[in-house]
Amino acid sequence: MTVAVITRLADDVPRRTLILLGILLAALLVAPWIVNDYLLTVLIVTLYSAYTGQAWNIMMGFAGQLSLGNALYAGLGAYLAAALFTDFGIGPWIGFLASIPVAAACGAIIGFLAFRFGVAGVYFAILTIAFGEFARIGFDHLTIVNASAGLFLPVAQYAHNDLWRLRGDPTMFYYVILAATVLAFVLCRLLLRSRIGYFWLAIREDEQAARAVGIDTFRYKMYAVVISAAATSFAGVFYAFFYNNLFPEQVFNIGRSIEMILGPVIGGVGTLFGPILGAFVLNGLAETLNATMSAVGLDLPGAKEVFYGLCLLFVILALPEGVWPPLARRLGFDKGKR
Amino acid sequence: MSALLSLERVSKRFRGLVAVDGVSFAVPQGAIFAVIGPNGAGKTTLFNLIAGALAPDGGSIVFAGEPIAGLAPDAVCRRGIARTFQLVRPFPALSVEDNVIAGALLRQHDVGTARERAQALLRRFELFERRYQPASALTLPDRKRLEVARALATEPKLLLLDEVIAGLRPTEVDRMVAVLRELNRESGLTIVMIEHVMRAVMALATRVLVLDHGTAIAEGTPEAVVRDPAVVQSYLGAEVV
Repeated sequence: MTVAVITRLADDVPRRTLILLGILLAALLVAPWIVNDYLLTVLIVTLYSAYTGQAWNIMMGFAGQLSLGNALYAGLGAYLAAALFTDFGIGPWIGFLASIPVAAACGAIIGFLAFRFGVAGVYFAILTIAFGEFARIGFDHLTIVNASAGLFLPVAQYAHNDLWRLRGDPTMFYYVILAATVLAFVLCRLLLRSRIGYFWLAIREDEQAARAVGIDTFRYKMYAVVISAAATSFAGVFYAFFYNNLFPEQVFNIGRSIEMILGPVIGGVGTLFGPILGAFVLNGLAETLNATMSAVGLDLPGAKEVFYGLCLLFVILALPEGVWPPLARRLGFDKGKR
Repeated sequence: MSALLSLERVSKRFRGLVAVDGVSFAVPQGAIFAVIGPNGAGKTTLFNLIAGALAPDGGSIVFAGEPIAGLAPDAVCRRGIARTFQLVRPFPALSVEDNVIAGALLRQHDVGTARERAQALLRRFELFERRYQPASALTLPDRKRLEVARALATEPKLLLLDEVIAGLRPTEVDRMVAVLRELNRESGLTIVMIEHVMRAVMALATRVLVLDHGTAIAEGTPEAVVRDPAVVQSYLGAEVV
């Protein structure tokens, strides 16, 4: 069965694409032995944004539904897993299993309200922002998770990495988020090449025409929201155990939602590799900026946000498809059937 | 022959305007049925009513023995009615092949099987060589062919064609006419077509319905209809007659 899945994944992918992916994966696998602690943290943040970007891409890139509130699903996962851990000693993986239905149900409610009552495009985006804001304000007053005072996970020095309880050093967290990113990439490719993927793309391209070929657009848009929400909730679980503290003002902040979409927008919305490339481009440039500024002794708060804004502006003006599609054409990585 | 599609006193109003006014007709299984009429006669509105894009204000639409008026467009398609759009709407960023695969996946759940079916259709419509191009790169005649191929990929019992011949060059008209006749003869596919190109209508249609200002003013064989004084009047004006 494994062989069948691998064959299907590699099916009509150009050889050079497979080689590139292999080299990239190998580099990421050995990275913790090469880079220092600081760079490892940067890589963790980068993969986190690649993962959340990939999850967001299912909704916008595949099914054409613009969500600006994916921080909601990450926040729900984060709070649920953290609360289960601190209050009941339940580990994060069980917490993740619990957060899947919660985030999925939340996505389903938003999706149902929007798709049943014809809230589309920009209005759908506003609806997702609204729910994110409800959650931020709601959790700010929710005393069982310490409201605005924040929820903290116990931090101690651990002699061993405990993968089951996600307690350990950055290297362990790095491999966890790397595995999640690889899995999300594989899942997205399988989805995109299956019936559901074709239906999503058809809906994204022209919803009326999609209905005319018999696609139940309501149902398939719901699948997209639910899968995206469930996948994003894992990022939240990871976030909680990596940072060990949660504040509604931070976790549910619309800024988190925007950060999730920057990677795929810069890398290429609707492409499989775009969210990953975008995350590396963005975080790589931001770190370079940081290093340069501290080298010359500049301290400008908010410089990173301005810089992100400039990157976005450049991509929208110069590379409207994102960085990956033109790069893929130039490198000859688009010779496959899709 | 029993009727595959029958409309009984179907009406649609847009505010004050009566776009379709009590139109009744029946399309037998295996027929090629043409709907003609001047611009604004209500032909496309009639199609939208059958295909579920609009719900009629009155009357009944029965397809294969079941009422379908007011069903959603995707539900109508799943029952076996596929349509093309007058202003073509391919999925622009998808390849020509993926456009047709998206249609074929309605009945074929396996992508490989759907791709084979799509490729067979693309060969038939002479689009196979262009299958990896994005649909947005096609010329208008090719996009019209793609629309027909995508609609056929859903394996319909009834195909609604909204002006797929108008705008084609004469040689292309003949090719399209030949393909449609072939499909009709081979698989007994029933076709309802809106068409302005009378050469194609005369060559293909077994029956013709003439609409004018939302009402059916004539119905019959193509030869009989073009001699009908009411039809001549609506097309050419009374003084000529």
